[in-house]
Amino acid sequence: MLSAIMIDTPQAIVADRLVKEYKSGMAVAGVSFALPVGSITGLLGGNGAGKTTTIAMIMGLVTPTSGTVKVLGAEMPRQRYRVLHRMNFESPYVEMPMRLTVRQNLTVFARLYGVDHIGERIAELAGELDLADFLDRPTGKLSAGQKTRVSLAKALLNRPEVLLLDEPTASLDPDTADWVRGHLERYRVERRATVLLASHNMAEVERLCERVIIMKRGKIEDDDTPAALLARYGRTTLEEVFLDVARGRQNLEAAQ
Amino acid sequence: MSLRSPEAGISAYRIAAMVERYWYLLRSSWPRLIELVYWPAVQMLMWGFLQLYVAQTDSFFARAGGTFIGAVLLWDILFRGQLGFSVSFLEEMWSRNLANLMMSPLKPVEFIISLMIMSVVRLLIGMIPVSLLAIAFFGFNLYGMGLALAAFFANLILTSWAVGIFVSGLVLRNGLGAENLAWTIMFIFLPLTCVYYPVAVLPGWLQYFAWALPPTYVFEGMRALLIDRVFRADLMLQAFALNIVFFTAGSFGFLQLLNSARRNGSLLQTGE
Repeated sequence: MLSAIMIDTPQAIVADRLVKEYKSGMAVAGVSFALPVGSITGLLGGNGAGKTTTIAMIMGLVTPTSGTVKVLGAEMPRQRYRVLHRMNFESPYVEMPMRLTVRQNLTVFARLYGVDHIGERIAELAGELDLADFLDRPTGKLSAGQKTRVSLAKALLNRPEVLLLDEPTASLDPDTADWVRGHLERYRVERRATVLLASHNMAEVERLCERVIIMKRGKIEDDDTPAALLARYGRTTLEEVFLDVARGRQNLEAAQ
Repeated sequence: MSLRSPEAGISAYRIAAMVERYWYLLRSSWPRLIELVYWPAVQMLMWGFLQLYVAQTDSFFARAGGTFIGAVLLWDILFRGQLGFSVSFLEEMWSRNLANLMMSPLKPVEFIISLMIMSVVRLLIGMIPVSLLAIAFFGFNLYGMGLALAAFFANLILTSWAVGIFVSGLVLRNGLGAENLAWTIMFIFLPLTCVYYPVAVLPGWLQYFAWALPPTYVFEGMRALLIDRVFRADLMLQAFALNIVFFTAGSFGFLQLLNSARRNGSLLQTGE
């Protein structure tokens, strides 16, 4: 139960018995979790596990069938305009207008989020995320890795307190991906931001996340620190844990 | 509360940001700019020359100088106004940017206002050169209608927005599979609103439908002005009253479809 996992520290995101049922079937079947302010949590699960729908409900893009989700105290999607300017997200499945330059796109989003000193903020992000060389190039002309960095810059424009990341290092070469992870870590610590990270990159989750929620068929299958999960499943990597959960091996072993 | 405040009822700052975004888009493509002028110009020239020809053979049309050109120019306000609204909206779908916007502090009403502003901007880019061509080729001065033109314009653009808002809701709810509606829906207005002929031409039962549409009053009003030299303020007021109903229904429909899109998850899946 949610009350059991609630602790005294303030919570940034609280999902309580969250359900989303589409005509095609159950996407999320009653998940509850609370993410403390300043925490970084990995959301794992195979395709169709319900990760994207859960994140969409947190963002207010999808209305839950039942249950509630609160972000910084505001119920989503009903009270979303109280908090949308304090959160942001990045996903490789959502793009920015191709014909606008990177600078134009970032300027428009900075205005939408009410960012002060827009030029300075864009210059700052361009420096941090190494965008300066292509700031005035059309977004559609960028490589996949450059687009991911631009999406990340958009996600950080308003210095969000809650950051939702869906595959933040997809399409990045190992060096750049490692560098982005370092940047996210620093950002979280410096801003005390709450980060929810959906990823298929287990090494990334292991490195960044202090807690991992594993979903399967719309339900939370497990929820603990990476170290505790490794110990419980008797594995040495999160990838092995993920495969155990995905293939139902934890049940087999428990039965044995 | 400042203009930038996310909790402000309607933020002019965010509306300006969206207009800026569409302006960047428009000026980045000269073929799109040319397209805004091309079709209205072709249509105006075709109807203008037809009117010249008919006027030579019929004294009524000789007296009713400019009704065809006037009709085609006013029709373009209606058609291009809706198209300008819908195309700006579709740009978000095509570029898969909708989730970025829906996740931002931008409110639906601000989004709609920015689309309305862009529909006027796109319309003016197309209409001003074409109206000047009408003077050059046929001596037809649209601006000679004076205040009547303002009344015609206001009523037609209101209808175009109402239809554009509703169609955008349908596309939002059903994805790009419903895109064709944005390009074709206004053509049902072409025969029913009696753009080129009086309402009296229609069969009796169809006239009821015609009079339920605001643009019908505008086109009747235009003929009264150009043929009888009378400005029918009563027609404009009736059109305006109907437009309030249309606009309210379009906006209500959009919000219902947006809520439905949130329920069925289609804001995440903006493809077909």
